[in-house]
Parts: sequence; structure tokens; C-alpha cells
Amino acid sequence: MRIELVRRAEHSRLMVWASPLLAVAITLVIAVGIFAAMGADPLEALYIFFVEPLTAGWSLQELVVKAIPITLIAIGLSLCYMSNTWNIGAEGQFTAGAILGSLFPIVFPGWTGPLVLPAMLLFGILGGMLYAAIPALLKIRFGANEILTSLMLVYVAQLLLDWIVRGPWRNPDGYGFPESRVFDASAQMPLLVDGGRMHIGLVFVFVAVLVVWFTMGRTLTGFQIRVLGQAPRAGAFAGFSQNRMVLFTFLVSGGLAGLAGIMEVAGPIGQLRPSISPGYGFTAIIVAFLGRLHPVGILIAGFVLALTYLGGEAAQVALGMSDKVMRVFQGLLLFLVLACDTLIYYRVRLVRPVADPLGGAVHGRG
Amino acid sequence: MGAAEAILLTVVTAAVPLLLAAIGELVVERSGVLNLGVEGMMIMGAAGGFAAATLSGSPYIGIFGGLAAGIVMAALFAFVTLFLVANQVASGLALSLLGLGLSGIIGEPFVGTPGTKLPALAVPVLSDIPLVGKVLFAQDILVYAAAAITFGVWWFLYRTRGGLIVRAVGDNHGSAHALGYPVIRVRLLAILFGGACAGLAGAYLSLAYTPLWIENMTAGRGWIALALVVFASWLPARVVVGALLFGAVSILQFHAQAMGLGIPSQFLSSLPYLVTILVLVLISSNRSVLRVNTPASLGRPFVPDR
Repeated sequence: MRIELVRRAEHSRLMVWASPLLAVAITLVIAVGIFAAMGADPLEALYIFFVEPLTAGWSLQELVVKAIPITLIAIGLSLCYMSNTWNIGAEGQFTAGAILGSLFPIVFPGWTGPLVLPAMLLFGILGGMLYAAIPALLKIRFGANEILTSLMLVYVAQLLLDWIVRGPWRNPDGYGFPESRVFDASAQMPLLVDGGRMHIGLVFVFVAVLVVWFTMGRTLTGFQIRVLGQAPRAGAFAGFSQNRMVLFTFLVSGGLAGLAGIMEVAGPIGQLRPSISPGYGFTAIIVAFLGRLHPVGILIAGFVLALTYLGGEAAQVALGMSDKVMRVFQGLLLFLVLACDTLIYYRVRLVRPVADPLGGAVHGRG
Repeated sequence: MGAAEAILLTVVTAAVPLLLAAIGELVVERSGVLNLGVEGMMIMGAAGGFAAATLSGSPYIGIFGGLAAGIVMAALFAFVTLFLVANQVASGLALSLLGLGLSGIIGEPFVGTPGTKLPALAVPVLSDIPLVGKVLFAQDILVYAAAAITFGVWWFLYRTRGGLIVRAVGDNHGSAHALGYPVIRVRLLAILFGGACAGLAGAYLSLAYTPLWIENMTAGRGWIALALVVFASWLPARVVVGALLFGAVSILQFHAQAMGLGIPSQFLSSLPYLVTILVLVLISSNRSVLRVNTPASLGRPFVPDR
């Protein structure tokens, strides 16, 4: 007896919805095992990790604060992945956006007023786009693998940030701490409600979801992305340019990552520091896949992954559990999403070996 | 020990983890599978190796710990990509993310624990040769293993029937299947071999290169190893050249700092990553070389028709 995959004649509409849920469910089951192995009461740990953050007003706000960057980045990445372009350097584009957007409040701290923040956001987007253009152009011009170049640039961006906050942009009144000056109030993201850290970045997330949803469903660009992703040869015959699509998806995803970056430093952080992200750019990859590369799905998935960040912090405080547990959950979740997606296109079947009348055992057909 | 000898020695030790990880990935890619999880398998090898060495007190047991950790991670990747036909690029990324998290948990009790360094095994007489004697013949067992594995991979791929089958599977899995070769089994073994090599590379980092456990101590070496395979255009001999080149670049920062050139250390630290990009650009723009050696089925999933 063995297990075999059989291709479905048509993909399962049920599984399109059920597979991410199944992946989350299996992750929770494994989580119970991990908690038990680490010597914690599994049910208590599950509650602290996944439920308690949803019970207080301030932690709900924190959930939104964490969901904003990862959702925004994931929306952009979904365009890349749908067109079969692999930008995995969003973390670097996030950093580049944060650096370029911080130009005004750090280099020209005297400039305050209503125009500062829009200028910062614009430069943040620009920074992310320029940084994403590097792997895109290297791919188009030289055929260099964009997976590797975009990832290498993450390390470069982080080192650049480290240098700039310890060197030229260090706060002159900061007693030598490796931090930039704190941004002026007019250079910070306005809060949605008083008290807490939830900022207007949430609005940008909703706008991005709507725009991408409309683009994918109702425009030629969206059609081109899907055709080039699923059938590149058909796309080429239809006259769609693969190169232009690589550049387009990289610029969009880089711009959104850059926007997320500047909103993070102008929002919850309020200044540049050597480390500004707990891996948002990589978590966003998981968000994109858990959300099935669909804008609405990504919105939901963004909140699920944001919960793992909060739960990780809560478990660290309440149970003294390592914050790396969260990383393990995130990695597992991506694995399980990919594994469960198999059920969309394949059925799992048990096959019994049947006796062949001509001798020897063969495997049953049909 | 002269300055030239010291520099050669550091170049070789910096090259060994890259060589080990890249030669394993080369076999994986030759069988038509793209495993982007090298970084994850390598960091697990480093954590598993260090944990096993510290708990048992023997760095040799540590080597087996690293080996096992790499193989387990690779098995996970193989299950998802071969049996469940999941996207290889995304699965590889998942493997890297999972490895970075899991290694953090495994390594956490060992933060700040002094490690046990693999002893150097000097070959009598040969290690007394000036300049290259110490570099080539007074190293630890993993360095010799790296050389042996590299030669073995070359010999296997180009001098044995098994190697021919691996390359056939990587170039055209449909035809290989039609000829009766077990495509899935060949790829499974290749992936496990790649995991073993990445695990050894990680173990080398935490048992010999810097005998300590430091979180994220691979620092992108797994990704550089992936780039090395492209740089080498899937040829084992060129992997050696590439690993030495990258080893030289990555130790350049220490020597430049020692000379006091006044360049910010962050710029020197970013050199290996920038050189990787540069090398990828140079090698990729020469498409005729790549076309000859790139496994034609690389990254394409295989589902046997029954």
C-alpha cells in the first residue's frame, strides 16, 4: 500500500479556501507540541500566544502597527510572485526607503510643517523603488538571478543603515548612542486614535489592497501579470514583455516596501536606529503566500502573522519563552501553506498493489 | 609563520564552508532541483554541531550533529518539493526562515559557552613544506573532508554511471523517467547529500572557524554558496576557484582594517555581498557558457505519469 498524488481534472475551489486554514490549524497543533517540549503548559501557552493579544485595546492597536508593514510589503510581493519574478529582498528595500525618507527630518531638522511628512513618504517610496530597480535591471540587462542579487542587497542595506546612524546621521545631542535625532512632531505619522501607536499607515494598506485588487481583476496589466506568470510563452506570443513586467513588479513591490520602511521609522520608532525591522521583509513573503497572493487574503494573513509577533513578545514576557519560537512558527507556517496547496491541484489516494495476472505485482490504475 | 602564509591560511579557512555548501548544492542542482534553503540547512548544521560537540565534549561527535541537522532539514524540503510537488523557490525560502528560527532555539542554551575547536591533524613531513605546508597539510578533518568530497563529486558526476544518471535526470526528467531511471529517488538522494554538505559547512563554522555559537553566524554564506554554483557554471573544479576567491574577499576586511585604511568597517563588511552581485552579473552576461552547463530541468517539478 502506498500513497499517490492524482492530478485533479479541475482545481478544487474548496481547497483554495481550505488549504491556508488547514496550514494554520496544523501549525497550531505543532505549536502545542513545541510548547510541551519546552516545558510550558500547552493550553496556557496557546492562550498567551494567540488569544491574549486580542483581548486588550492597546494590544489590538499593536496588532495593527505590526500588520501595516508586513501587509503593505506582501501586497507588492504578490505581484512579483504572480508574474513568476522573485523579489526576496523586500527587507533591503524597506531599509532603503527608511533611509532616504529620513533625509528631511535628520538633515534638515529646521524644516517643519504640513509638507514634511508627504515629502518623507514620497522619498521613502522612491528609495525603495530605486533599490528594487538594481536587481530588476541586472536581471533584464545581464540575466543575473534576481533571487540572489535582491537578497545580497539586504545585507548591504543593513550595513549602510548601520554606518549612517553610527556615523554621519548620529544624533549630535545623543550622548554617542548609535541613533539619529528624534523626528520632529510634524515628521511623524499622525495617530488614528489618541493613546497608542496605531497610525494612518492603515489607510495606505487599505488603498493598496483596493488598487491591487482592481488592477489584477479589471485591467490589462493585471492580465499580463497572470499570463506571464502562468504561461510565459503564451505571454510572449501575445506581445507581453517579460522584461518590462520584471521592472514593473520590482518597482511596485520596492516602492511599497520603501513606504512601509519610512512609515515604520516615522511611526512607531520615531528615529533611525541600527535595527528598524524584526524581519518584516521576510515575514511578508509568508504573508503573501498564506494570503494566496490575493489582496484580500493578504490583508487577513497580515493580521495572522502580526499576531505571531505579538504572541512571541507576550510569551517571552509571561512564560520566559525564547522569541525565536515565533520565527519557527512563521517558517513552519510557510512550509505548511506550500504543502497544503498541493491539495488544490492533486488528490491524495491510497493505492493497493494488485496482483498482475502476468506475474509480479503492479500498481493499480484508475 | 610568515605574513603570506597567515593570509593563505585565513583564505583557505574562509573558503572551506563556502566550498562544502556549494559542492553539495551543485549536486542538488545537477539533479534538477533548486534548493534555496542552503542558509537554513547551514545554520542548523552550525547549531546542531555546536550542541552535539558541547554536550558530548567531542568536536568529532559535533560533526555528526551538524551532518544530521543538515540532512533532517533537507529531508523536510525533499518531502514538500518531491512528494507534494510544492514550488521549489518558495519551499527553499521557507527552509531558510525555519532554519534561522529553529537554530536560534537549539543554540540559545549555548550562547556564551566556550566551544571545542576541531584539532589540526598535521601530516608528517608534508606539513613542513614552506609556505603551503601548514595551509594544505596541517588542517582539521573537515578541511580534508571538503577536499575529498569535492574530488569525489567530480569523479562521481563525470566518471561513473550514477553521475551520468544524475545529470540526465537534471537535464530532462521526462526522458530519464521514460528510460526507467527513478527520477524522484535520484533527486531525493541528491537533496539529502546537499543537506549533509550544508550541515558540514555549518559545523565547520561553529567547530573550527569561530568555535562558538553566535545567532545567525552563517551571515549569508548559504546564499553566497548558491551564487557560487552559478559562478562555477555547475562545474566542480570552478567551485573550488570560486570558494577561494570569495574566501579571499571575505577576509580582506580584516586585513584592510588591520592596515588602518580608515574605510568604515561596514563598507568592508559589505564587500562579499557586492562581489557576489558583481560576479553574478559577469557570469550571467556570458550566456553561452551558462547555456551549455545549466541543468535544463532546474527548478521544474516532476510528477510521473502513470
